[in-house]
Amino acid sequence: MEINFTAIYILWLREMKRFLRSWSRMVSTLIMPLFFLVFLGFGFKGAFIPGVGYTKDYIFFLVPGVIGMTLISTSIIAGLSVLWDREFGFLKEIMVAPVSRVSIAIGRIFGGMTTSLIQAILIFLIALGMGFKIPGFLSFILALLVMALISAGFIGLGLIFASIFKDIQGFGMIMQLIIMPLMFLSGALFPLSNLPKFLRYASYLDPLTYGVESLRKVLVGHCFLPSWLNFFATFLFPIITVFLGAFFFEKSEI
Amino acid sequence: MASILVENLVKVFNGLRAVDGISFEVKEGELFGLLGPNGAGKTTTLNMLATLIRPTSGKAFVSGFDVFRERNKVRKSIGMVFQEPALDNYLTGRENLEFHGMMYGLKRKEAKERVKEALKIVELEEFADKLVQTYSGGMKRRLEIARALVHQPKVLFLDEPTLGLDAQTRRKIWEYIKKLNKEKGVTIILTTHYMEEADFLADRVAIIDFGKIVALDTSENLKNLLGGDVISIEVDNWQNAKKVFEKLPWVKKLNHENGTFYLQVEKGEEKIPLLIKIDEKEAGFKIKSINLRKPTLEDVFLYFTGRTIREREASQAERFRERAKRHQR
Repeated sequence: MEINFTAIYILWLREMKRFLRSWSRMVSTLIMPLFFLVFLGFGFKGAFIPGVGYTKDYIFFLVPGVIGMTLISTSIIAGLSVLWDREFGFLKEIMVAPVSRVSIAIGRIFGGMTTSLIQAILIFLIALGMGFKIPGFLSFILALLVMALISAGFIGLGLIFASIFKDIQGFGMIMQLIIMPLMFLSGALFPLSNLPKFLRYASYLDPLTYGVESLRKVLVGHCFLPSWLNFFATFLFPIITVFLGAFFFEKSEI
Repeated sequence: MASILVENLVKVFNGLRAVDGISFEVKEGELFGLLGPNGAGKTTTLNMLATLIRPTSGKAFVSGFDVFRERNKVRKSIGMVFQEPALDNYLTGRENLEFHGMMYGLKRKEAKERVKEALKIVELEEFADKLVQTYSGGMKRRLEIARALVHQPKVLFLDEPTLGLDAQTRRKIWEYIKKLNKEKGVTIILTTHYMEEADFLADRVAIIDFGKIVALDTSENLKNLLGGDVISIEVDNWQNAKKVFEKLPWVKKLNHENGTFYLQVEKGEEKIPLLIKIDEKEAGFKIKSINLRKPTLEDVFLYFTGRTIREREASQAERFRERAKRHQR
């Protein structure tokens, strides 16, 4: 398997240029997590929420969740962007180049990770402005690491979907049927202990649950499930999806 | 040495033989045309040679590399212009080309230089730093031709290079293509369903229909094959006319389409008086108009397939629709 670094770099650079030139798209993906952050954050300020436990201020529960929400939607969209390239013909230009499919997938994943992290950091900065605090700089660095893993995992998932669905008709469906349920099941907005048993079990199948839990651990020092399980799952998820995503992408023809 | 060698190449899509065992050879430095209606299998052939889709069976070599096993080497040696635009609209023209150069392993500096040259050839320097979004269809096509040159390929694949362009732009594109072939010695294989395009550009033309090559030669030789001129006659009663025309000993081939007959004859100008002398009452039809033409590739296509290219496109579209319906059930 041949890894082509120049190609990875130029694919990444392309994602950056596109990102910087289409502010409107970023605004439209950030608007939902931003609303959750601002309205729930201020709306439930000081409210007692059963099951939160470690903090009296809901915002210390909410912020890691909203960052997780931002990551899942921006990352899946980044993975699915293959569909737009296919629609607008540019995928052919990429596929006819003498570059291994794996390099193409890697370039796309790095590009998507960068844009997705930039957006998550924006949300994080807004949260700081709303009174959110972290223990120190180290926890920010660790959070970046966790964010990168979550992002890579969902970009891989997006790549898998993009290779299966093949056309943009599937795009809206994935957004509705995958992102929304994963978001709500992850316990980003409320403690999972409040959910009925069957929903709680479903949430254990949601990779974002462990991502949000890991973020909570590094950002506010507390999580509900065992830490080792959270970190292990957060680490394992991108390995599986990136591998499968690259595999399906390799198999796909134009 | 053969630049492209194709032997008995087949591609089956959902049980449909889109390319049905074609063979041909393109010499180095040649400008080779694949002429045929939409859906005849031209693009599929090109995509197989460009390693974008895997052939079902057969053999194919590009610049001496096997399209089955040496896909990366094939990719490196070819440049391709697709039928539909394949540009990133959020990048400028120059950025699209630099992206291409680096995907083909050029260093940044080298890429920049080559891009400059390529933009010059298609006279797009002025617009190079505008977003592709703002380009017209003709500019996009020129940019794509320039892009295909950035990595200096030995072989250039052009899939319907002037599809949907106005006559003036088409002329311009033809000039670029000729120039590339003659001055830079690039081997070019192009597909088209425009007769004039194949006639004007290609050294040799392969006529392809229903996934098979029905004729292959220089357009001059192909036209000579018809053995002369074509008289087209419009009549008011085609059944009666047919009976008469079929009996004329000097008609080499008779085709009929929408009330118009196409008679292949030698020395057409001497045959027209004979046709006019036919007794209207006895024959039971009137001649409405008569026209003499020296043969074109259109006639060659008609000769080999029994249909004009436009009719064939209509019937193939129908065939595909029927198949699509069957596959949905």
